Amino acid sequence: MAVLVYADSSEGKIPKSSCEAVYYAGKVAEATGTEAIALTVGELDNDTLEGLGNYGVSKVYNVKGDQIKNFDSEVYTRIVAEAINSSGADIIVFPHGYVSKSVGPRLSAQFKTAMVVGIIDYPKTDDGFSVKKTVYSGKAFAYVSITSEMKILAVQPNTFSPEKSGNSATVESLSVDVGTGKVNVLEVNKETDKVPLTEAGIVVSAGRGLKAPENWAMIEEMADLLHAATACSKPVADVGWRPHAEHVGQTGLTVRPNLYFAIGISGAIQHLAGVNGSKVIVAVNTDAEAPIFKAADYGIVGDAFEVVPKLIEAIKKL
Amino acid sequence: MFSFARAKNLTQLAGKDMNILVCIAKVPDTTTKIKFTDNNTKFAADRVQWVINPLDEFALTRAIEIKEVLGGTITVINVGLADTEPLIRKAFAIGADEGIRVNADPTDCFFVGTQLAHYAKEGNYDFVLAGRETTDFEGAQVGGIIAEYMGIPFIAGVPKFDYDGTTATMDREVDGGKEKLTVNPPFVASIQEGVCEPRIPSMRGIMSARTKPLTVVEPIEAATFASVLSYELPPPKGECRYVESENAEQLIELLHTEAKAL
Repeated sequence: MAVLVYADSSEGKIPKSSCEAVYYAGKVAEATGTEAIALTVGELDNDTLEGLGNYGVSKVYNVKGDQIKNFDSEVYTRIVAEAINSSGADIIVFPHGYVSKSVGPRLSAQFKTAMVVGIIDYPKTDDGFSVKKTVYSGKAFAYVSITSEMKILAVQPNTFSPEKSGNSATVESLSVDVGTGKVNVLEVNKETDKVPLTEAGIVVSAGRGLKAPENWAMIEEMADLLHAATACSKPVADVGWRPHAEHVGQTGLTVRPNLYFAIGISGAIQHLAGVNGSKVIVAVNTDAEAPIFKAADYGIVGDAFEVVPKLIEAIKKL
Repeated sequence: MFSFARAKNLTQLAGKDMNILVCIAKVPDTTTKIKFTDNNTKFAADRVQWVINPLDEFALTRAIEIKEVLGGTITVINVGLADTEPLIRKAFAIGADEGIRVNADPTDCFFVGTQLAHYAKEGNYDFVLAGRETTDFEGAQVGGIIAEYMGIPFIAGVPKFDYDGTTATMDREVDGGKEKLTVNPPFVASIQEGVCEPRIPSMRGIMSARTKPLTVVEPIEAATFASVLSYELPPPKGECRYVESENAEQLIELLHTEAKAL
């Protein structure tokens, strides 16, 4: 019995969503009276690895090798499977993102288990084992009972707030016969200077009210000042003003920032589905009747081209 | 102008007809107001418009575009009871050639993925496509489960997909960016928005949909490990607090001092 958590890494750092997952795993281990162990892949310095102890794990596995430079779901599945076998873990935690989506279901098939994703609360263990997750693209929540002996849980980013305990974890290198991947990665394009949208604490999102793609400069300026990510509504992505990767809503991404600015977005039900997990929603729209104001905590009825520059000036003075 | 005869020749030259399997699920239309009944234990399904999961439909439409160039057969597969057949016919109207319905209630991802994997193995498909996730349960798993059972690559979250008859070239979303990669069949990919434009079925497509072969098969033995105990709607939002547009800077002050969000 143990809780194993996969902690992703990028450029030698552990991203925020992975720290949240590690913290979640630590809490689950505490509640179930077991140990939490983190799994990391790639070259990471010892301070970073030991530092995961801050979030509640006692041990950190680190796997290194030439075959793991590029992400391949078969290779990473072998790595996580080996960590499961070495630790005897029966609860496997992922931050919900591309790794959980690529590797989690493979483990589910291999180990004959349930996987539940988009988890937004700690499990209830007094009567069986159940978790709370988002369903209907964020329009509702479900309490899901899991009956398989092993359980794979992918936690929704920006949901849990880790506190540092000051503890340090022991580091153990884990050797895995990773085999070779069949996927050939040609290019990796990561915008390392930008905040990933699903991890961002603040999101500045804009829609058709901006009238043309060149008008996004002020949105980007506002986002930069707030260390926020930029996002957009579906119509704007569909016409190619913004990349699809920025589209939040039912068929795009679901985000749960502390603060979500919806600028020139009317707030169709499909858009609200992707953003209503945000703690504070601010709407700026010329149409006082726009449905976005029903979902908003703060609103300005006005023209984005007049309002946004004023917001930018006020942010600069903060 | 696209020539069907020429496309047929292309695949004949390649020695074998291309076979693509596309997994489709039944979900409520995206405009549906979500409600629950029976003490919040059941989805209120009356007067709900059911559609093919939008992300599955992107996968299907992209498969059809590829078939129009290379020739071949597109099979759609669904795990569902008889009430999903209109959606399989809709897939036919869009351009799928054959359909398989696994006659079972889609209870959880493990159960559905296990069924799909079983029938995917039987079909000798070049590759299998599915949507990244369904818009109802958001499991995001069936593609990966199929791939693991078949021992083949799985690429999750693909907004760009091309196939030249030998090799697939695609983009994959990763945290904070994307990757471009190639992979040879067989493989499974889960598709997301961006891969193509949705299509409205033509009258000819709708007419031909009635006569395309839909095979009903029985499920294999598989466990269900996850079940919904109850549902909950988000708490209603309080009143929106308005700031006059002339005094927009006050909003930032409120976000800072009152909402503590800045």
